[in-house]
Amino acid sequence: MSMPLLSILIFFPILGGLSLLCVPRQQIATIRTMALLISLIELLLTLPLVLLFDKSTHVMQFTEHHAWIPVLRINYSLGIDGISILFLLLTALIVVLSVLVSWKAITDKIQEFFTAMLLLEGAMIGVFCATDFILFYVFWEAMLIPMFLIIGIWGGPNRIYATIKFFLYTLLGSLLMLVGIILLYQFGGRTFDILKLAGQAYSLKLQLVLFWAFFAAFAVKVPMWPVHTWLPDAHTEAPAAGSVILAAVLIKMGAYGFLRFSLPILPDATQLMTTPMLVLSVIAIVYGAIICLAQTDLKRLIAYSSVSHMGFVTLGLFALNQRGLEGSILQMINHGLVTGALFLAVGMIYERTHTREIAAYGGLASTMPVFAGFFLLFTLAAVGLPGTNGFIGEFLILLGGFESQPWSAVIAASGLILGAWYMLWLFQRIFFNEVKTGMQGLAPLDLREILTLAPMVILILWIGLYPNGLLSFLHVSVAHLLDQVHGVGLAGVALPPALAQLP
Amino acid sequence: MIQTAAVTWTALEPILPELLLIGIGVLLIGCDLFIPRQRQVLPWLTVVGCITALIMVLGARPVTAFAGMFLADGYAMVFKAICLAAVIMTSLISEPFWQTVGTRQGEYYSLLICSLVGMLLMASANDLMVLYLGLELMALPLYALVGLHKRDQRTSEAAVKYFLMGAFASALLLFGMSLLYGLTGTTEISRIAKMIAAMQLAANPALLAALGLLLAGLCFKVAVAPFHLWTPDVYEGAPTLVTALMSIGPKAAGFAIFGRVLFYGLPTLQSHWGPILAVLALLTMAVGNITALCQHSLKRMLAYSSIAHAGYALLGLLAGTEEGLAATLAYLVIYLFMNLGAFAVLILLATPGQCRESLDDCRGLATKHPVVAALMLIFLFSLTGIPPTGGFIGKFYLLKAAFAAGYPLTVVGAVIFSAISAFFYLRVVRLMYMCEADAPGLWQMNVTHGMRAVLGVCLAGVLGLGVFPGSFFGWIVAALAGN
Repeated sequence: MSMPLLSILIFFPILGGLSLLCVPRQQIATIRTMALLISLIELLLTLPLVLLFDKSTHVMQFTEHHAWIPVLRINYSLGIDGISILFLLLTALIVVLSVLVSWKAITDKIQEFFTAMLLLEGAMIGVFCATDFILFYVFWEAMLIPMFLIIGIWGGPNRIYATIKFFLYTLLGSLLMLVGIILLYQFGGRTFDILKLAGQAYSLKLQLVLFWAFFAAFAVKVPMWPVHTWLPDAHTEAPAAGSVILAAVLIKMGAYGFLRFSLPILPDATQLMTTPMLVLSVIAIVYGAIICLAQTDLKRLIAYSSVSHMGFVTLGLFALNQRGLEGSILQMINHGLVTGALFLAVGMIYERTHTREIAAYGGLASTMPVFAGFFLLFTLAAVGLPGTNGFIGEFLILLGGFESQPWSAVIAASGLILGAWYMLWLFQRIFFNEVKTGMQGLAPLDLREILTLAPMVILILWIGLYPNGLLSFLHVSVAHLLDQVHGVGLAGVALPPALAQLP
Repeated sequence: MIQTAAVTWTALEPILPELLLIGIGVLLIGCDLFIPRQRQVLPWLTVVGCITALIMVLGARPVTAFAGMFLADGYAMVFKAICLAAVIMTSLISEPFWQTVGTRQGEYYSLLICSLVGMLLMASANDLMVLYLGLELMALPLYALVGLHKRDQRTSEAAVKYFLMGAFASALLLFGMSLLYGLTGTTEISRIAKMIAAMQLAANPALLAALGLLLAGLCFKVAVAPFHLWTPDVYEGAPTLVTALMSIGPKAAGFAIFGRVLFYGLPTLQSHWGPILAVLALLTMAVGNITALCQHSLKRMLAYSSIAHAGYALLGLLAGTEEGLAATLAYLVIYLFMNLGAFAVLILLATPGQCRESLDDCRGLATKHPVVAALMLIFLFSLTGIPPTGGFIGKFYLLKAAFAAGYPLTVVGAVIFSAISAFFYLRVVRLMYMCEADAPGLWQMNVTHGMRAVLGVCLAGVLGLGVFPGSFFGWIVAALAGN
């Protein structure tokens, strides 16, 4: 491999986004088309990764390594394993759809919007590729700037409050992680290479301090209860594309951080902290679901459902076994697709009605039947109906949770029931009953919108029916991760790859 | 006879840049006096002179001159480069500023150059006398520069305040120096260190008193809390251009003598000044960042922000290690670009009759002047310390150095104050991008070539040092190690 594929993947959207600034401001159509083309090419660029990826090894692939700041021993090193490749695909796909959904919704400062979006994409890809801790941190923080602007400039009425809250929450968490990184550097052989940092025997006390320092950054991003309060505001106020990216990719980075850093580098602390983490996850599941029942705002409801769903993700993560972890990673992808799709759908309907009040809706099934069909499928996937992707992920997580701590799975399962309750109730209130005034004569979905939602439908059903397509990327990497957590030769190795025999 | 001249010439070689600048300063006075119609040559003469001096400084070999009183080492070189760059850039943007203010004062440039020579002397001083000489040479023209708008009451107040406070700080510093001389019998900084070690003075209470007085005086000069009280008023009252210069050049020169005295003169007392500076640094960040939260004037906010940044820069000094010193130097260079960039935008906002210094004047700037707003955005994010800007990598270097030297709690504090600072920097971004302008209608900005060049250089500095800091950090470390 001589082509620096990952670097191209990172810098293509960044340069593309900057090139948009050279287009004259009035040529709106050109700007939109260019943004779409850049994001599509980016999606195509991920294809060689998938085709050339070797699923039989846990070693980082497509690696690149250059000295970046020799004085500080920081390197520009990239690489992906079976876990990160899935997120790369998700990111590239979601950005294409976000560009499509913003086609008409964004009317002001169009140039800046698409530039911010593409810069954000570059940074997000960078986060998933970086294997140097500081490089990771640079991308991680650099994401904040475009996201801050996307929410703050193109968001809803309360956008300024939401965006500042989002920024300060994440910044404070990240800065504490930065201190943790420096601490790790001091005790971890003076390197920022995360592969070298893993597998060193740190003292338990140090591990615990680091665990909580990293927790500050990752838990805010996930978000775990009780630091989730920025999320409903940010999701609600962000423009449709912003909500989609937030829900689909940004909040996955918290869980990805746990996977990439906390688990392999701090195995002892992770094992010690399993129970508190499971408790927080379970609280998030049930609490998020109950709060959903009380929401009157469409986007806010979906935002809180994210808190609940991400509770499942962290539950599977801290179950620390093959099934739980694979389920957790799969569920992250699922949640990205499903919640992303829901936000896309909400964005489309908001363009027509300009209200997010659930009470204002009603009877949409008769006025927009195609849309209702799409929405129904997304709702069912969010609920976890067998045959959709949501089922596979949640089932694996519950299995893993039960193996680890039975009580956690028992309580978490109640979240599923609540989930069905609020999602189906939402569907009923919006699409059934009599047609409300102001809901008549809504324009049906046009081709662009159907094309935006169609990939989601295909992926939801494909993962639901043939999860091994994605899980096969994970088996080896997750098994290796578990070896690192438990110490090689201990429990976890003997488990067969989960669901390998499922269709 | 010829031989004597040759010897004098060789001896003068290390101070050639300073001599050149003095010549330029005299020339500027002459031009101002005798060809008043051609005053537009003054800024160009200043810039050309300073650039020549900058090249000479960067190209010079490390030497010790005048029996060890004058030290042109790598340490001095970096500080001189910062001060020269600050003066060059402020001169480039001075024309539009004086045009909007409406007064044209030729003495501005000659005062600037005199002050600059003082800064360069401070950077090179290896003797307490030279150090003091440089300090006063820097400060006296600055007092006059602050009060340049003679008819503006705010300015006069600022000048008087600055003069009184500055004189007081100098007195403290002198008192400390006299104690040092009394104890060690020498004014040469590197010999002081040797004498303290040889005579085992480290525990001598008089030496500690000297240290305390020196610290107080130096903290006054670089505006470290609790000796910062003059700063906001003076920065706000002074003409914006002078404020921009003061927040960089004299501050860097202050750090130069700060580092010289502590690192090269009193290394044995590191266990004393390290913790003291740690507390002061935290206090400075707290005062700077928290007070900046409730400012309504953008200029005053930047004044408080520059106090906070002095606190960050102290992190490297208090570490007391080579790495820390390198980190402080690197940070000051990065700070030069981001702070000057922000001030340049502030100057750009002003139009004749309207100074536009309040936060509300930023409202809706992104719609009216998208490029200016985008530049300000980048400078503000850099001041906050968000990657991929230089502000982040500089701050990271400082934090790492302070952490390695054993000040983890100070680092945690710095990080928390850094998060607080995001709030007020972001407020400007918010006003620029997310609020509608109060008064519709564009105003014409006076964008000269000099202004364009400065904004371009600042942007390149902030982003370039943020993305490719490798060789720059290498250069700083090499400069420090080479002495």
